Amino acid sequence: MERLVDTEDEGMLRDAARGFLDENAPVSAFRTNRDAGRAFDPGLWREMAQMGWAGVLIGEDHGGADMGHRAAGILAEEMGRTLAASPFLSSAVIAASTMRVAGSDRLSQIAEGTALYALAVDEGPKHAPDLTAMEARPEGNGFRLSGRKVFVADGASADRVLVLARSGEGEEGLTLFDIDTARAGLAHTAADSIDARDFATLDFENVEATGEDVVGEVGGGLAALAPGLRAGQAALAAELSGLTAGISAMTLGYLKERKQFDRTIGSFQALQHRAAHLFAEIEVTASAVAHAGRVLDHEPERAQLAVSLAKARATQTAKLAVMEGVQMHGGIGMTDDYDAGFFMKRARVGAEWLGDYGHHAAIVAAMRGL
Amino acid sequence: MPDRLEDFRKEIAEWIAENLPDALRGQPRNEDTICWGGRKWEFRSQAQKDWLERCHARGLTCPRWPVEYGGGGLSRNEEKILRDEMDRAGAPSPLDSFGIWMLGPALLQFGTPEQKAEHLPEITAGRIRWCQGYSEPGAGSDLANVQTRAEDMGDHWLVNGQKIWTSYADKADKIFALVRTDRDAPKHLGISFMLIDMETPGVSTRPIRLISGASPFCETFFDNVKVPKEGAIVGEMNRGWDVAKYLLTHEREMIGGGSGGLTSGATLSEMIGDMDMVAGADPVIRAQAMELEVDSLAFCLTMERYKDMAESGAGVGHASAMLKYYGTELNKRRQEIIMSTRGSEALDWGEGLAAPWLRSKANSIEGGTSEVMLDIVSKRVLELPSK
Ligand SMILES: Cc1cc2nc3c(=O)[nH]c(=O)nc-3n(C[C@H](O)[C@H](O)[C@H](O)COP(=O)(O)OP(=O)(O)OC[C@H]3O[C@@H](n4cnc5c(N)ncnc54)[C@H](O)[C@@H]3O)c2cc1C
Repeated sequence: MERLVDTEDEGMLRDAARGFLDENAPVSAFRTNRDAGRAFDPGLWREMAQMGWAGVLIGEDHGGADMGHRAAGILAEEMGRTLAASPFLSSAVIAASTMRVAGSDRLSQIAEGTALYALAVDEGPKHAPDLTAMEARPEGNGFRLSGRKVFVADGASADRVLVLARSGEGEEGLTLFDIDTARAGLAHTAADSIDARDFATLDFENVEATGEDVVGEVGGGLAALAPGLRAGQAALAAELSGLTAGISAMTLGYLKERKQFDRTIGSFQALQHRAAHLFAEIEVTASAVAHAGRVLDHEPERAQLAVSLAKARATQTAKLAVMEGVQMHGGIGMTDDYDAGFFMKRARVGAEWLGDYGHHAAIVAAMRGL
Repeated sequence: MPDRLEDFRKEIAEWIAENLPDALRGQPRNEDTICWGGRKWEFRSQAQKDWLERCHARGLTCPRWPVEYGGGGLSRNEEKILRDEMDRAGAPSPLDSFGIWMLGPALLQFGTPEQKAEHLPEITAGRIRWCQGYSEPGAGSDLANVQTRAEDMGDHWLVNGQKIWTSYADKADKIFALVRTDRDAPKHLGISFMLIDMETPGVSTRPIRLISGASPFCETFFDNVKVPKEGAIVGEMNRGWDVAKYLLTHEREMIGGGSGGLTSGATLSEMIGDMDMVAGADPVIRAQAMELEVDSLAFCLTMERYKDMAESGAGVGHASAMLKYYGTELNKRRQEIIMSTRGSEALDWGEGLAAPWLRSKANSIEGGTSEVMLDIVSKRVLELPSK
């Protein structure tokens, strides 16, 4: 397995992504989107797709760049640093990884950036795929889907949705479907999410699903979803680790600039030690994030421990970084005019999405015999 | 993985299977089983002696050191494989020593060819045991304040002063010490890094007992000690601070890495046993153990990543302070959790849990305190201002 440091190609990808995002999607662009009530900028997504980002996990035979999960993580990290909003995670990571394993002719549309996907799993306030209750009632050669999905990322803007529903009893009773969001009986309600991104509630009322719409096997929904879910969790961990780097850079800059008591506040040892502790947490998390990408690339079927480790760590470190960030900025950190709050709100959403700290820490502990 | 490495793995696994004495297989690692070597060393068993000699003959006491000094000349990947295979076989480390962890790397970097040829083979063979004479009563965190002085007497140095917290000084054959060779220079610039034989007249030690019951460290006194000049100083005279700092980065990585918890062989779940049995339904201890496991695993990956960084030429330098800080604080958490899961059972010295728990408290003091590590990170890595 490759080292935990960036390879030369990865270093170039990172530099290119950083240059592009600093110029085209700085935090101020996120503010503009938010003020305009826009979850993301479609023009920006087109450019990202042209650079191959939408196809980062798709094979060349489907027009993808096939750069692997560590590369996807690097892109997610860089997007996290400037809070760049895009359908990257939902479409290019989660849907692409799911469909790649299942085999789908829509992969090339994802790689082009023209098919926008959402993943509809959660039904309650916590991520718990195995507790899925949404009904998939057999009818004729297909199914009828009824029920409600909440906290669906990109759910209002997606053309298609991957939805997990119950076609039978127990863990073997879940099936994953790939559904056109324009289909009759499917309605969405956009949430007013604190991070100003697209999260929606989807209501399914007798929505028709044919055998063609099944991803993987009937009753094999959890297995079909696993590659996408793991890839998404790892990339989200990477985004959070990038977000952490972004807010920490702001905080360190402020510590070096702001004066009180005729001294730079960064000269106070109480703050220095907290900043140094945060640095340590950031470094430790960065290792887990890089490792998750590597394991997904080399031993995908054994990646759950590495992925859950990364998501658990990234969630906690982002929380620490945004809390310290706001605190060390004092009053200005609390104002909407200042960017720190954007990081805090996205970190909270990222903490919950695809499984929170407790969810992933429990997986790690169980796999380690605790 | 390249075939060459696979061949190496096979070869080393076979070698271990043939050479590791059964008596040592799977032994717990503690003061009764560690082999420190040195002139005064009494082997705990014939097996311990055999294992040291066999490993040394194959260069495995210092796998990455050059072969000419008794090292193994292995690459980083080969060393990793060696470690894996040793762990898999339940093999103990053949030799532990401050010579390996601290002095050796400093000599390889700063020593003259004569100094290397004189000292390194003795270290790899486990014939000479070294101790570290840095701290003094007035020079702890403020290490550059050392006052032990060495006066130039022509053919020898005359050393007078006192060191403290010198681990295993009473068992060591030689000491590497920071001594002041220029009293007029600014404090960092008047220090030399000196090698002194503990058998030289005028050197004496007095053991100090630790809260964990053991008595591994000492006060060390130098009373008109004559040190022959030949080869006594490592690096440039009055530039001992550079050598001292270089050595400290190795020491800190070693302490940080060694205390991450996973390198000791046993996993947390092995250490505490069945959670349901030991902690009952206590959700708080369980949650703490889960959190610790997450942090420990991520920390071990960080040790790997930093080695990768060093290998690829990216300077790790002051960030070793971060590793030392994080690893030692983790180990303290680990020991607290082990103590509380085992409850009153753990309170009897005989259970063997209280001593490592108490000993772990020193991890964040020895080799530079956690506070000093945070200072280094904030000033040198984050470049936060001093005023
Ligand atoms: C088990 C053990 C083994 C050791 N082995 C050796 C050995 O073999 N050789 C050797 O030379 N030494 C050894 N030491 C000594 C060790 O390096 C020192 O104890 C350590 O550097 C701290 O120095 P001190 O004890 O004088 O504490 P002090 O420096 O007096 O520190 C007291 C407290 O003040 C804090 N403090 C000090 N300065 C600052 C600052 N600038 N900002 C914030 N807080 C500060 C410290 O963090 C600490 O909490 C050993 C120590 C232990 C516990």
